[in-house]
Amino acid sequence: MKILVCISDVPDTTTKIKFKDNNTTLDVNGIQWIINPWDELALTRALELKEASGGIIQSVTVANVGTVASEPTIRKALAVGADNAIRIDAQPKDAYYVAAQLANIVKAESYDIVLVGRDSADYNGSAVGGMLAELIDYNSLSSVSSLNIENGKIRINREIDGGTETIEAELPFLAIVQKGISKEPRIPAMRGIMMARTKPLNVVQAVAVEILTEDVSFEMPQPKGSCKKFDSENVKTLVSLLHNEAKLI
Amino acid sequence: MNFEFTEEQKMIQQAAKDFAERELLPDVIERDTKALFPKEHVKKLAELGFLGMMTDPKYDGGGMDTISYVLAMEEISKIESSVAVIMSVCNSLVNWGLETYGNDMQKEKYLKPLARGEKIGAFLLSEPEAGSDATKQRTTAVDMGDYYLLNGTKNWITNANCASVYLVIAHTNPEKAHKGINAFIVDKDTTGITLGPHEDKMGMRSSDTHSVMFTDVKVPKENRIGDDGFGFSFAMKTLDGGRIGIASQALGIASGAFERALQYSKERKAFGTEIFNHQVIAFKLADMAVKIENARNLCLKAAWLKDNKQPYGIMSAMAKQYCADIAMEVATEAVQIHGGYGYVKEYHVERLMREAKLTQIYEGTSEVQKIVISRSLLK
Repeated sequence: MKILVCISDVPDTTTKIKFKDNNTTLDVNGIQWIINPWDELALTRALELKEASGGIIQSVTVANVGTVASEPTIRKALAVGADNAIRIDAQPKDAYYVAAQLANIVKAESYDIVLVGRDSADYNGSAVGGMLAELIDYNSLSSVSSLNIENGKIRINREIDGGTETIEAELPFLAIVQKGISKEPRIPAMRGIMMARTKPLNVVQAVAVEILTEDVSFEMPQPKGSCKKFDSENVKTLVSLLHNEAKLI
Repeated sequence: MNFEFTEEQKMIQQAAKDFAERELLPDVIERDTKALFPKEHVKKLAELGFLGMMTDPKYDGGGMDTISYVLAMEEISKIESSVAVIMSVCNSLVNWGLETYGNDMQKEKYLKPLARGEKIGAFLLSEPEAGSDATKQRTTAVDMGDYYLLNGTKNWITNANCASVYLVIAHTNPEKAHKGINAFIVDKDTTGITLGPHEDKMGMRSSDTHSVMFTDVKVPKENRIGDDGFGFSFAMKTLDGGRIGIASQALGIASGAFERALQYSKERKAFGTEIFNHQVIAFKLADMAVKIENARNLCLKAAWLKDNKQPYGIMSAMAKQYCADIAMEVATEAVQIHGGYGYVKEYHVERLMREAKLTQIYEGTSEVQKIVISRSLLK
């Protein structure tokens, strides 16, 4: 059995985001890049499943659509325990483009389980997982917060309004994972960092894919206004300001 | 010149930072207050391979360079120097000493489990009357034919209780002065070894510091390191590298205190604005930043020299003296910037200030480093 974890290379979540070229392009200057946090948790779960499988799961592969600049992030995934990696050599353009590139990889290698983070911390599109499942024609579920393999089937829990549900599904399967899928990402050990040097990182050419969407511009949120305080008895002024100034009611 | 770290070095730095913030930070104040040994934390540190990170992979180590070690030591020391010093003793003194000067049997039997982090080591040089003047060893190892008989007392021994492998410096022939000194590998569970009480220290309170008494302890002949009379040279050469570890620790204390002071200065308001906007505070922070940058460059240069097989003893002495002294200055200023909050435990900087003091004292005081540096100027 083989698992593929799709990983995005995203700015560190504490990055101060800036745009350039008339607010059409992210200014990447000085940004520290990390594995998308959901994807990192997905990778952790994949490794846990492999370790507990008694050899049934033979490999965990990570795949990334990105340029050579994303290789440090891929190497980190190898350092924490992925067996090998595939980088599809292309600048990610939109969700469909990324999903189509990943689909090409999945079709070529026939992975039994594909894990995708709920969204990426850069553009928060939440679109790649669903598109990929459709393109590869795998059973899939989103909002997965727990994933196990029992009797050759996938068994997942996911949060629903007011509770959780448990679902079984046949393999091959694609899970769009979120909080709870694993406790916390792993810290790479020295041995893992050393071994990451020699683990396979295959670079493959991108396939031609039509680009369906284009970013027109980005707007930063308005800076937070200063805080106004009122006595608890002064409700009229509060309501008036919420209505006339903040326009919230 | 190239000031860029490799991707691997950055990964190690981030791994150390994640470990320190995730595993050490949540309960560091409680451990310091109660002087609790960070047993579980050290176990995790060992599992990640930090205790043997510089040892050659053929001896089960991580095979990382000294630059990576400096970066990791800085990150861990920003949060908890009691843990960093365990890492320093294992890497810089015990593992490096065995890897460089041990024979094949000693490497197989002792270095490999140390490098894997399964065992912890301690380095026993200081004595009640032999601190800065390490030639005045009173511990003796008498040649009994098949074995050496060890007697004496060692002081201020880091890892004394948690370690299972001791490297002990002792006189085998006092008439030969420092040329009569030898270094021995001693299993801690050997009959005749007793520990003094845990030292109730000002800082680094969680680290495991005791005196160690040897009474007729039998040490096998094959446990002597190097040729007869090599012990003093072994200790001095090993301490050359040890200084890089403690310098990096002091650097981490300084940069940890600085980061907290900078953050506080952006949040705390006085006289209608954040205190960073008062020049007296901004200039303090500017001075701290310059000192830290200098300190980091000294550490990295010493590490670079060591990695490139060039003489590094003088540079490591400069790094140790400078980093320790500025750690004390920076941590003290960090407390001052925090005002009253800096004087209570919750804000961490008072602990960093107490930890900084020890870096000026152990593994060669700042004054001893100046002896080493100044003597090199005459050559």
